[in-house]
Amino acid sequence: MRKVYGRPRFLKKRSFHYCAGCGHSIVHRLLAEVIEEMGIHERVVGVNSAGCSVFAYNYLDVDMAEAAHGRGAAVATGMKRAYPEAVVFTYQGDGDLAAIGTAETIHAANRGEKISAIFINNAIYGMTGGQMAPTTLVSMRTTTTPFGRDVMLEGHPLKISEMLALLDGVVYIERTAVNSPAGIRKTKKAIRKSFQTQLDGKGFSLVEILSPCPVNWKMGVAESWQWIDKEMTGVFPLGIIKDTTGNKDAD
Amino acid sequence: MLIKTIFAGFGGQGVLSMGLNLAEAAMLEGKNVTFLPSYGVEVRGGTANCTVAVSDEEIASPVASAPEFVVAMNQPSLVRFQNQVQSGGVLFYNASLVNPQNPRGDIELVGVPAGEIAEKLDSPKSANMVMLGAFARKTNIVSMDTVAEVLSTILKNKAKLVSINKKALKAGYDLF
Amino acid sequence: MDGNSAVGEAAIRAGCQCYFGYPITPQNELTEYMATHLSRRKGCSFIQAESEISAINMVFGASAVGARSMTSSSSPGMSLKQEGISYLASCELPAVIVNMSRGGPGLGTISAAQSDYFQSTRGGGHGDYRTIVLAPSSVQELADLTHRAFDLADKYRIPVIILGDGMLGQMQEPVDFRHEAPAELPVRSDALRGARGRPSKIVRTCTSNTSEMEELNWSLYRRYQLIEKKETAFETFLVDDAELIVVAFGIAARIAKGAIKSARANGLKVGLARPITLWPFPSGRIKELAATAKCLLVFEMNMGQMLEDVQLALQGQGEVFFYGRPGGVIPTPSEVLRVISRHYYQRGLKKGK
Repeated sequence: MRKVYGRPRFLKKRSFHYCAGCGHSIVHRLLAEVIEEMGIHERVVGVNSAGCSVFAYNYLDVDMAEAAHGRGAAVATGMKRAYPEAVVFTYQGDGDLAAIGTAETIHAANRGEKISAIFINNAIYGMTGGQMAPTTLVSMRTTTTPFGRDVMLEGHPLKISEMLALLDGVVYIERTAVNSPAGIRKTKKAIRKSFQTQLDGKGFSLVEILSPCPVNWKMGVAESWQWIDKEMTGVFPLGIIKDTTGNKDAD
Repeated sequence: MLIKTIFAGFGGQGVLSMGLNLAEAAMLEGKNVTFLPSYGVEVRGGTANCTVAVSDEEIASPVASAPEFVVAMNQPSLVRFQNQVQSGGVLFYNASLVNPQNPRGDIELVGVPAGEIAEKLDSPKSANMVMLGAFARKTNIVSMDTVAEVLSTILKNKAKLVSINKKALKAGYDLF
Repeated sequence: MDGNSAVGEAAIRAGCQCYFGYPITPQNELTEYMATHLSRRKGCSFIQAESEISAINMVFGASAVGARSMTSSSSPGMSLKQEGISYLASCELPAVIVNMSRGGPGLGTISAAQSDYFQSTRGGGHGDYRTIVLAPSSVQELADLTHRAFDLADKYRIPVIILGDGMLGQMQEPVDFRHEAPAELPVRSDALRGARGRPSKIVRTCTSNTSEMEELNWSLYRRYQLIEKKETAFETFLVDDAELIVVAFGIAARIAKGAIKSARANGLKVGLARPITLWPFPSGRIKELAATAKCLLVFEMNMGQMLEDVQLALQGQGEVFFYGRPGGVIPTPSEVLRVISRHYYQRGLKKGK
């Protein structure tokens, strides 16, 4: 009988600690698949961040280091500069990349560091229990915006990808979502392209992935998948935000 | 014997080069030496100074609270440092720019028209070297030959600059 | 050569491959030296980072992939680096961190001070850890200890702090470099360079298992004990017959030495004890000296920080006086001589010939 589906080679044989319906496990799997398919596992060094994905190294079977909260881009910079043969990626949430680590992210991008940022946007702080993130939608209730995010008090959702796209050091940014089989396939393609951009030595790239957090959103899994389409994509539209790689699918 | 000198003036007058030249010359002559520039806001504000300590023994502090010698290239430096000179010490001043008012009776004042001499040599920027030449002659901390040798090393590849600055050094040296 | 540049040159000769820094007076000459002399070297990297926080985290990344790495700053910037230093300590990653300290607290002054003693010797950041702290007192020693810092960092997989001050960084003195830059350094066996021919590796500090975290703390503690036993460095000057011994480190020790020479010329039997490693602190040696002298005078350019380590070392056995000038004031040798003389006569100590 032909095997059509199985555990990717670079995903450790261990069950995820993530909540049911969480997007992290899907993206972990996609990373493992891309690393295997591109044959780069012997060169990959990953940087994971504080937050739910702090234990990403328990699942991804590649060399990984844990960065302090928000410092992923700086740690990845140090790695790539000291060991340019490495394929370096960061795996960061919205609080990590777009709040506490904003400066590190912007400056690594602006220097055109040849690293890939995998940016999980679930509009909330997951691990600490559902507080407001920089990407929390207007009126969205979190434990620190119990009356809903009020733009007069908390400002608007931060569109970090659009901000980063303005920088000359950035060559590729795409926003995808893992709330449908088609979206998952697109996300995988984007991750692959981001790694390829790095292998080609072109500059900084980032894949922003809209990812469900049903527990902290206080929704069912199916409902949370629909919510991404109904609410999140209105504020964070999907698609290629910047592509100057010159590859054939470039804009 | 420990001898400390403060060189002070406007930024751009070559105050730090004078100090560095003395420090390197003393080093070549086998002395212990420290060179401490003033740094930070002071420099950006337009005045600069540095302290050179020369000694036969280990130097405890590179700072001079009561220096044996002070070289003041402009008026503010004279005002600031004239009362710090040790009793019996020497205050050198750039007579082309500085007018010593109410001089102290317990120190020697040496006026060097460094600016004018440098102008005459057609190299106004070399006033510092005129002063250094005069300083070397009066203090005898280091020999004139070593000072000239250091000048050549510092300004290497710039033969024209070396020659004009050597002239300036000599002009200062020959004043006394 | 100025102290800052001397650190840079010594670092390059020690095989430093990566330097990441952020401008702050009075250590900018070091950053500039690395920009000129390290950035274009083969296999080396220099970045002017966007903050001290980024700089120390770049060091973290470079060290994780096996490169000898360094950053430098001055007091306010060191406060920002503490997060990264805690992570380096926890992940057992080597790094060399230079602090050309200045007067604090706050933004303070840009003049030399020694008020970062507590921060340096107590770990500085969160968690139960130590860093080796080296305190040079001349430009030559800055260069020598920089080289040593890289070796110690690699040997014990620990962050090493060189605690200088603004004056050491700025002043120029003759310096001999005793080493040539190595053609190549071996890659550390624990480096993350991709899982080639071996299982994948992780560098981490976070765990949900408290016993695991406790064991990490114990294993660090055991290493710290070994360092205390093997790496304590100390210098003495004219202590054999001394009635009063001045205890001072760094630039203050140098100023004290000048005062002690004058005191000796006046017949006062005074000596100097200078810890070169502030952590591990040479408690045993201090205790021995306190037993031979009548009293100790701790002299620091702060309000009495090393003083606490001296008092801890003596456990109440022995008399200790203190003299300190905080905030960036540079005391003079004659000022320290007056303090020595005052204590000497008040205490009724015997004069020599």
